[in-house]
Amino acid sequence: MGRRDRFEVNDGTIPINPAGLTEAPALDVEGVGHRYGARVALQDVSLTVRPASFTVLLGLNGAGKSTLFSLITRLYAIRAGTIRILGHDVGREPGAALSRLGVVFQSRALDADISVQQNLIYHAALHGIGRRQADEQITRVLTLVDLTDRRRERVSNLSGGQMRRVEIARALLHQPKLLLLDEPTVGLDIKARADIVGHVRRLLATGIGVLWATHLIDEVGDGDDVVVLHNGRVLAKGSVSDVVAAAETPDIGSAFTKLTQTEIDNAAETGS
Amino acid sequence: MNGPVETTTRHRFTLAQYWICLSGIVWREGLRFIHQRERFISALVRPLVWLFIFAAGFRQVLGVSIIPPYETYVLYEVYIAPGLIAMIQLFNGMQSSLTMVYDRETGGMRTLLVSPFPRWWLLTSKLLAGTMVSILQVYAFLLIAWFWDIEVPPVGYFMVIPALLLCGFMLGALGMLISSLIKQLENFAGVMNFVIFPMFFASSALYPLWRVKESSPFLYYVCEANPFTHATELIRFALYGKVEWVSLLVVAGCAVVFLCGAIVAYDPSRGFLARRGGPAG
Repeated sequence: MGRRDRFEVNDGTIPINPAGLTEAPALDVEGVGHRYGARVALQDVSLTVRPASFTVLLGLNGAGKSTLFSLITRLYAIRAGTIRILGHDVGREPGAALSRLGVVFQSRALDADISVQQNLIYHAALHGIGRRQADEQITRVLTLVDLTDRRRERVSNLSGGQMRRVEIARALLHQPKLLLLDEPTVGLDIKARADIVGHVRRLLATGIGVLWATHLIDEVGDGDDVVVLHNGRVLAKGSVSDVVAAAETPDIGSAFTKLTQTEIDNAAETGS
Repeated sequence: MNGPVETTTRHRFTLAQYWICLSGIVWREGLRFIHQRERFISALVRPLVWLFIFAAGFRQVLGVSIIPPYETYVLYEVYIAPGLIAMIQLFNGMQSSLTMVYDRETGGMRTLLVSPFPRWWLLTSKLLAGTMVSILQVYAFLLIAWFWDIEVPPVGYFMVIPALLLCGFMLGALGMLISSLIKQLENFAGVMNFVIFPMFFASSALYPLWRVKESSPFLYYVCEANPFTHATELIRFALYGKVEWVSLLVVAGCAVVFLCGAIVAYDPSRGFLARRGGPAG
C-alpha cells in the first residue's frame, strides 16, 4: 500500500505517478457476488492480482472459479461488487478492460480444422489487429511458447499440450496486461503440465499479471500469491507463506485441505 | 515488481479496426465452410432434391397461373426456385444457430464474446459472415438450376444480391435469437419441428398464396404473416429485376427485430445466458 499512497489519485480508483503512469493492480475484484436463481455461486469475493505476479485461484470443482472467470471476462453481468482490470471497470468500460485481458478457458476453443496461424489471425482480428501487425505478433507469441515450427500445422494434428500452448499464445497476441487461465492443465500428462506452467511463469518477466485457477496443489509455487475459494467464498488469501502460517500447517497442500475440510465440517454441523 | 501501466480510460477502435474485425469474422466463417465440405454438399442436396424430384412429380398436378413477377406461364420448377433459394438461407441461418450453440458448449463462442469490440458489432459481423456463406450456396444452386433450364433474366443474378443479403441476415438473426434460447445441442431437433418446417410449408415457397386462400383462408393469413413468405417473394421479384416493396419492408423490419432480440439475448446484463446454471468450477 505504501507505494500506491505516494501517487496522486485521479478519481479515487487509479493512482497516478508523476509520469502519468498508474500502479493499478492488474486485476482488482471487490465484493463480487453471483447467483444462479436461488443458488449462490459467489459471495463477497475480493482479490487482487499485482502486475508481474502469479496468483493461484485454488478451489475444488464447484468452488466458483469458472463463474468468477465468466464475470471477469464479462460473459456474465456483474450484479454485485466491482471488477477492475488495470483500473478499468469491466461493467462500465468493457472495451478498455477486455482489451487488456488475455484468457485461456477451461474448455479448448480452437478451430481444429484450420492452422495455428489462421486461428491466431482470427483472434488478432477480434482485437482489431491487421494482418501485417498480426504476422509480427504471431511470430512473437509462438516463440514465447516454443511453437514456431508448428505455425502452419493444422490444430487437429497437435497434441493436447501443444493446443494449450497455442491457446496461451492466442491469449498473449494482443499484449494483455492480465492473463487468466482456467484450469489450463486439465487432461494433460505430467510433462505437458510442467511445460505449460513453465511457459506461463516465464511470462512474468514481461510484467503481466497471471491469475491461474486450479485444484492441483502442485501447481502452486513458493513465491506465488494464493486465493482459496470454496463454495463461492474466499477462505484465505495472501502469499503462500501467509496462508500456510494462518492455517497453522506445514505446507500449502495441508493448508488447503484444512481450510476446505473445516468449511465442509461446519456446513455439515449447521445442516446447510 | 509493480510495472507502470497506462492510464487511458477510454478505449476507442477506429473504423479500420471495425473493418478488420468484421473481415476477420467473415474470413473465419469462410474457412470453416471450406473445411466442412459435407455442410456445403448437404446445403445443396436438400434444395436439389426438391427441384429434381418433388417439382418433377408435382409439375403436372400443380398449375401456376400468370402472377407477378412472371409475365407468362412458368413451369413449377421455375416457380419454386426462389422458395428453394430462401430455403437454403433458412437452413443456413439455422445451421449457424446450431454452430453457435455448439460453440457455446465447446468454448468457441467465448472467444468471440470476450473481444473488446461492442457485442452488437460482433454479433452483426457473425450474422453477415453466415449470410455470405449462404449466398455462396445460393449461387452454386443457381448454377446447377441453370443446367436444369431454370434461367432468370441476366440482370436478376445481380439484382438478387441485396435481397439475398437482407433475407440471409433476417433468417440468420432469427437463428441467432433461437440459439440464445437453446440450452443444449440436443434441444436443436425441436427447432427443426417448430421453426424450420412450419416456416417453410406455411409460405409461398411451394405454392402461390391464391391457391392457399382457395383451400383455407385462415392458412392464407398465416402464410401472409410468415416472414419467410416475404423473404421468398423478395427473392422471387429480385430474380426478375423487380422490387416487392411490402416484402422488402417486412423482411427489413423482421431483420431489425430479430437482431435486436439476439443482441439483448447475448447481452450479459439482460440476456438469458447468465440466468442459466453456471459452469463447473
